[in-house]
Amino acid sequence: MSLWEYANPKRFMGWTRPLLPWTFALAVLCLVVGLVWGFFFTPDDFRQGSTVKIIYLHVPSALMAINAWIMMLVASVIWVVRRHHVSALAARAAAPVGVVFTLIALITGGIWGQPMWGTYWAWDPRLTSFLILFLFYLGYIALWEAIEDPDTAADLTAVLCMVGSVFAILSRYAVLFWNQGLHQGASLSLDKEENVADVFWFPLLVCIAGFVLLFIALVLMRTRTEIRARRIRALEARARRA
Amino acid sequence: MLKVTNLTCVRGGLPVLSGVSFAVAAGHALILRGPNGIGKTTLLRTLAGLQPAEAGQIDYPEDEGAYASHADGIKAALTVTENLTFWADVYGKPVPDDILQRFDLADLAGRMGGTLSAGQKRRLGLARLGVIGRKVLFLDEPTVSLDGFSVKLFADWLQNTHLASGGVAVIATHIDLGMDAPELDLTPFKVAAGQGGGTDEAFL
Amino acid sequence: MIALLLRDLRLAVRAGGGFGLGLAFFLIVVVLVPFGVGPETAVLSRIAPGILWVASLLAALLSLDRIFALDFEDGALALIATSPLPLEGAALVKALAHWITTGLPLTLVAPALGFLLSLAPEAYAYLLLSLLIGTPALSMIGTFGAALTVGLRRGGLLLSLLVLPLYVPTLIFGAEAVRRGADGLDPTGALMLMGGITAGCFAVLPFATAAVLRINLR
Repeated sequence: MSLWEYANPKRFMGWTRPLLPWTFALAVLCLVVGLVWGFFFTPDDFRQGSTVKIIYLHVPSALMAINAWIMMLVASVIWVVRRHHVSALAARAAAPVGVVFTLIALITGGIWGQPMWGTYWAWDPRLTSFLILFLFYLGYIALWEAIEDPDTAADLTAVLCMVGSVFAILSRYAVLFWNQGLHQGASLSLDKEENVADVFWFPLLVCIAGFVLLFIALVLMRTRTEIRARRIRALEARARRA
Repeated sequence: MLKVTNLTCVRGGLPVLSGVSFAVAAGHALILRGPNGIGKTTLLRTLAGLQPAEAGQIDYPEDEGAYASHADGIKAALTVTENLTFWADVYGKPVPDDILQRFDLADLAGRMGGTLSAGQKRRLGLARLGVIGRKVLFLDEPTVSLDGFSVKLFADWLQNTHLASGGVAVIATHIDLGMDAPELDLTPFKVAAGQGGGTDEAFL
Repeated sequence: MIALLLRDLRLAVRAGGGFGLGLAFFLIVVVLVPFGVGPETAVLSRIAPGILWVASLLAALLSLDRIFALDFEDGALALIATSPLPLEGAALVKALAHWITTGLPLTLVAPALGFLLSLAPEAYAYLLLSLLIGTPALSMIGTFGAALTVGLRRGGLLLSLLVLPLYVPTLIFGAEAVRRGADGLDPTGALMLMGGITAGCFAVLPFATAAVLRINLR
């Protein structure tokens, strides 16, 4: 049996049902542990003071804002190539989650930026890129909402997602070219010497795990809702004809 | 020349017609009959390649199909001649000298498309078929808003020019064109309400 | 393909508004800016490259929804799709026709409006050059957006929402080239990057546009 069998809507509903509460529980657990650990049991940064602690919301949400888009891109490609309905609906389900993560990243960034740079907002390349990403999300969601036929909507949004991804990357480099910026380098990377200190690093990892799980749980839940909505639609279409 | 085997066509994700099979030999026409909403337009659009078929096969010589519906793409800001010349250029064919006479458009040649009446527009839309030189025509309600005389003009062109030169036509219409053509009633191919199929079948 | 291009140009000229409206809009936006930011020459001169680029971008946006909408409504698009003309070619021609009727005139009048905003004299050549290289990309991206929204009744607003984020890289490089020109710096880097975007758009987007049109015609 191929892996794609799990993408059948009915099978998908079946195997996600027992998974969902566990994912949620695990997400909540990770978030509570990570945030409490991060907020109350880590020392203040010697330069940034306690403001550094917003890192536990800011970094994971920024990470997920990008990963949600990447997930939508992968799902869109799968829909175009293999035409699995669940794939298209998962992309649709992920978009509002992604936009909220983007918004959290922007807002927490502003709150963090005020004491650090003396301003809530600066046209820094990273900040600007996130703002552009936010606009891409809005366009994508708006296109889904505007088209009535679900298959047409899935096709068109998939093309938009693919073209949009190319332009999002282009924008990222264009923005770098345009302004060199204030934002510090990436907080996390595997190959860099100077990383965040271990005391901050472990609770941050737990928070990131929590955000990833939360994202998965929300997308699963929303995909299940979308599948039910499509099922209602399909039944209604047949009832109208009968 | 045109052969359709076991065709299933879908509208809005649901199959409307299934198991449609017919063949039309060169020089012959086929008239599609059936009540409103049975899927004549869907069938014709599928045959013309505007919609994908869910199942079945459609065979006709490549680059010989042409589709025409009541929306004939006539531009209000172009004259009758310009409208026709445009399509002739797109298809890389010359405009036949007598085409305007054949559709009683000679007096209107210099008129703007926007000033034509509905029937005149329709005649211009049909004249386009004489310009593009395609052999296999899929015509959706070609005689809408035509008067009796114009219907005769069209039937005459279809019979004596298009079919006589080895063309084929599949026509959805409710009126009698006065032509000697076999009819195909689509009612038996209608997909019953309870029957499966459709792009959203996976959700049931 | 030439037949389609000539037809679209002829329609744009005869239907009126095509050329004029975009240009008038461009002029009005540029004239409104000094009322908004004050008449100080130094300030205007500094923001002129950006204003000219943003204004031409908005002017190009104005006529996008007409690229396919009319042909879609009167059935011409379905007829073109079943004609020997490849839909990819039709998409390319549509973008080209849009550029000739909006992008090109905008490029040509932009220097005159640069004068109104007291653009630095060194920047005029780069303004002309950057618009010449950049506006075709705006038309091609816009054609893609127009194809996405062609079947929608109130597609105009959605079209702007979809297209404007896609315009960001072109805008950045375009305005940057003019700004560098005005500051006496070397703008070739920005111009080359923008040229790359334009070339990439014309290489890829006709295919995406055609795919989207086929979906919308279904």
